Parts: sequence; structure tokens; C-alpha cells
Amino acid sequence: MTHRMVRISHAVRETPSTLSILFEDDEPAMPGQFYMVWLPGCEEVPMSVSYCGDRHGITVANVGDTTAMLHRVRVGEALGIRGPYGTVYRPRGRTLLVGGGFGTASIAAVPDHRWQDDVHLSALVAAKTSEELLFVERLKRGGLDVHTATDDGTAGFCGLATDCVKGLLESNAFDTILACGPEPMMKGLLDISRERGIAYQASLERHMKCGVGVCDSCSVSGRQVCLDGPVFDGDILMELDEFGRFRRDPCGRRVPL
Amino acid sequence: MADLSTKVTGIEFKSPLLLASGILGETAASMDRVMAEGAAGVVTKSIGTDPREGHGTPAYLDLEVGTINAMGLPNPGIDAYVKELADMKGGGPVMGSVFGKDAREYASLAVRMERAGCRAVELNLSCPHAEKTGLELGADTGKVGEITAAVCKAVGVPVWVKLSPTLPNMVEVARTARDAGAGAVVLTNTLKSMVISVEAKMPVLANGMGGMGGPALKPVALRCVWEVRRALGDSIDIVGVGGIGTGRDVAEYLMAGARAVQMGSAVAGSGPAVFRTVERELDVLLTRLGHGSVGELVGLAVPEVVK
Repeated sequence: MTHRMVRISHAVRETPSTLSILFEDDEPAMPGQFYMVWLPGCEEVPMSVSYCGDRHGITVANVGDTTAMLHRVRVGEALGIRGPYGTVYRPRGRTLLVGGGFGTASIAAVPDHRWQDDVHLSALVAAKTSEELLFVERLKRGGLDVHTATDDGTAGFCGLATDCVKGLLESNAFDTILACGPEPMMKGLLDISRERGIAYQASLERHMKCGVGVCDSCSVSGRQVCLDGPVFDGDILMELDEFGRFRRDPCGRRVPL
Repeated sequence: MADLSTKVTGIEFKSPLLLASGILGETAASMDRVMAEGAAGVVTKSIGTDPREGHGTPAYLDLEVGTINAMGLPNPGIDAYVKELADMKGGGPVMGSVFGKDAREYASLAVRMERAGCRAVELNLSCPHAEKTGLELGADTGKVGEITAAVCKAVGVPVWVKLSPTLPNMVEVARTARDAGAGAVVLTNTLKSMVISVEAKMPVLANGMGGMGGPALKPVALRCVWEVRRALGDSIDIVGVGGIGTGRDVAEYLMAGARAVQMGSAVAGSGPAVFRTVERELDVLLTRLGHGSVGELVGLAVPEVVK
């Protein structure tokens, strides 16, 4: 499909650097997937599904020229989207969602889907500082136990999300951990999950051009993040030598993360 | 099971199914995976002298009738790319695709590809969405001859020349490539084209124009194969590419005169597993048609073969 032009229904400020754009779209979307988003006149960029219940939407961090333009959209304007593409999160049993920084946008959509009755969701939301903690109230409203961690200690646990998870695992049992955030965090959580025999899935981010598995821009050790991912099982991540270490620049050169 | 093996410019392939240039050909691990999932060989992404980001996005779209892209030849540059090739773990045949601004640059890139172990070089004289290279050179018959001759002089491996479906004088250009020493022509690259958003009132691809591949390209590229085979017989090998996604599509190209085919757009959305599926379909079809080998199909639908 080429882009569908969808009408923006809400533009919601979430934190000083993030804005959620909700739109009217009949195409089903699942947590973990992403859209290729095109604001005419700007670059097309991949964006995680951050809302997939009654309303569909994305949450945009203001990190560059295109995202700055996306922060200026108004209700009623049109946005081009294609997708949703990619794999989905599959929570099983007692599941801990871990969102680091803007990665929380992706895992916050997990409670929007109606899962089987034996799925029980909890969340850890981590950020550099308290005002950048994303979706804490939304997740609480959804009935989740929500923990927080900040690098500067302005809210919740003071320190890294990985250390916070280690603490949580001392007093809580989880069957599954789902994570999205900085890659060192996701790599650290992979190691923690393997040591403890907990099922693990993480959503990766790479430079993307096509979104459908042909251009090789987003490849990690031969797997395409857009088609084989973005959500990968821990077993697969173990095989991906480049995970946590390398990415490709827009020319395709291998560069350290 | 039918004998699916084939040979192009002396290179043996276990089946006629190769990966087209521009598709997953940028990283060693992806090319290894494509061959592990069934491709008999891979053609690399087109590589130039210097690192290049290519065009901005949108750079790719799925259409109802195919796909369109304007990647703009992104590539890490030949120095980084030969290191990439050294990382390949499988031993399957790799054909190195190159693009440059003139004969000298094509030749020097081809030499690097040969030294890196490529079994053949493929000259991109047909990319429809880059300036001063690709189709802008390939539309000039004299340049095709000059560049092909320079490359053939510089390397010992076979030279494949990839042409555009827009050429009005396809046979003449193929003959020129042959006479300059090319062992094969690859027919064809994508078709120069575009998409406009009526809501945005502008072209969708960041580059405006792009190249269309997929099902809509098939009858056009198939005609190119057939036309060249009819005129030049087996004096030059032909590799067919354009809209191949089933075993039946492969058989059409073989019957039109191709000895092998390349797949590109078919990988979109389904991944490299499509190679195994198409291989199985081709095997079943050959048997159903009463043929024991791929070789028996080559050129069957071309009425008159004259040199």
C-alpha cells in the first residue's frame, strides 16, 4: 500500500519532549508494531504504535527536524501512514513491561490489547528524570502495578532500569519480560532473563527506509528489524552478534551503537 | 525432483533463482541468510567508490501493481564493502554490482569486486533514480560499449550488464554489450516511474521519480528477454529479472530465453523464504510440463533463433 492519509483526532503533550498523535484509522494494529509515518514535505520515519485500543496513535519524541515538524501538527490535519508493520509482543503469565526513555511509548500499548485471562501485567517505567517519565498515569489507570526509575533519582528507584529490575525480581516472580528502550538496557535485561529462565522479548530500533524487508538498512546480523522484528525473542537475540554492539549508518556502514 | 541447476557465463548455480541487486545486498549476514534460505547466488547492492546515503525518505512504496523505490544507490563505498564481503561465511556465488561516473571508475570498482572473490561483476547501467550514473549512462549505446569494454579488459571474471526496460533499442544495446565482451545481459532494472499523493498534491517519493518493480514490470522485462534472445540467440547469456514471485513466472522467463532469474520485489513483506517456495513451485511445474531440467526450458518460446 502507499500511504493512507488519516485524520489527526488528538495531539496530546505527554512530557516536555514527547507528543502523542492520535488518528482515525480502521486498520488493526498490535502492540510492538510500527508505522512508517509521512508528514508531506518531510522525511518518512518509523514510529512505534503507542495506542492501539479504541484510538490508534504514535508518540513522537522531539529529536530532529522531522519530529520537530510532527510536534507542530494540529487536530484535523492529515498524516500519511503505511503499516502497521512488524512483529508483536506476546505476554505470557505474569509479565513485566520495561520501558526505558522513549521506548516506553512501545510497551505502553501492550495493555491496550485484550490478552488471555492468565496474563497479568506490571510495568517499570524508566527515564533520565521524573518529568520525562512516560505514561505512568495511563498504565496505572489500566490497572497495572507501575514502578518507576530515574537516572537522577527525582522519582522512584535511583539508577538504571536493569538494576531496578534485579531488585524487583527479588520479591516478585515474572514469567515474561517485555522491553523497549536503549539497547544497553535491553541487552542487560536479556542477560538477566537468561540467568533466571524468564521468557524475554525486546523491540529494537534501527535506521529504516523501506519497512518491508528489502533495503537492508535495519539489518542486525542478517535479521531485518522491520520484518523479522521489531520485537525479537530472547532466543533469537542471543544469536545476533551485532545486538547491543553495532548498527548501520544510512550508507550501510557498520558503526558502534 | 527435476534438475534445477543452470549455468550463466560458465558459473554453475544449483537453481536459476538469484537475488537481484539492491535487495538485502548491503550486509554480509543478510546475503548469507538469503542463500541459506534457498537463493542459488546473490548480486550485491550496487557499490560505488565513496560512501553514499542515497535519497531521503519516502524511498519505497508498495503499489497495487508492484513496488516503487528511489533509494538512490545508498552504499558504504567499495573500501568498506570489500571488508563486508570478507565477513561472508557461506561459499555461494556472489556477483558484485557496481556503478560509477565513467569507464575508468566502473573498471576500478570491478577489479576490487573481483579481488574480493566475486564470481562475476554486474554493471549497473540502468538505475533510473540517480544522477550521472546508471540509466543516464546506459541510455547511451556508445557509453555502454565503452564502459563494458573497459571492465572486460580490467577483470578476468565474467561481466554481466544490467539494462533498463526503457531502452527503445534494447537489441542494439545488448549487441553492443556482447561485442564489447559482456558474457551476459541482465534484463531488466526497474521502470522509471512515480506516485503522486492527491491529498498532499505532491510526488510521494522524496526524489520524485523512482523505479517500479514487481508484477507490473514482468510483461515488459519478459519482452526484453525474448527480444534479445530472438535477435542474438545464445551468443550472450540472459538473466531475467522483473516481477518474479512464482515458479510459473520463472518458467516464463526461461522459455523467453533466460538461463537464470533474479528476484527482488518478491522478497518485500515475505522475506528471503520466498526463494524456497518458488524453487518448489518450479520443480513441480517442470515435472507437470514433462521436463526433467531447467535447461530444457531455455528459449522454448522463442520461435526463431538466429545469430
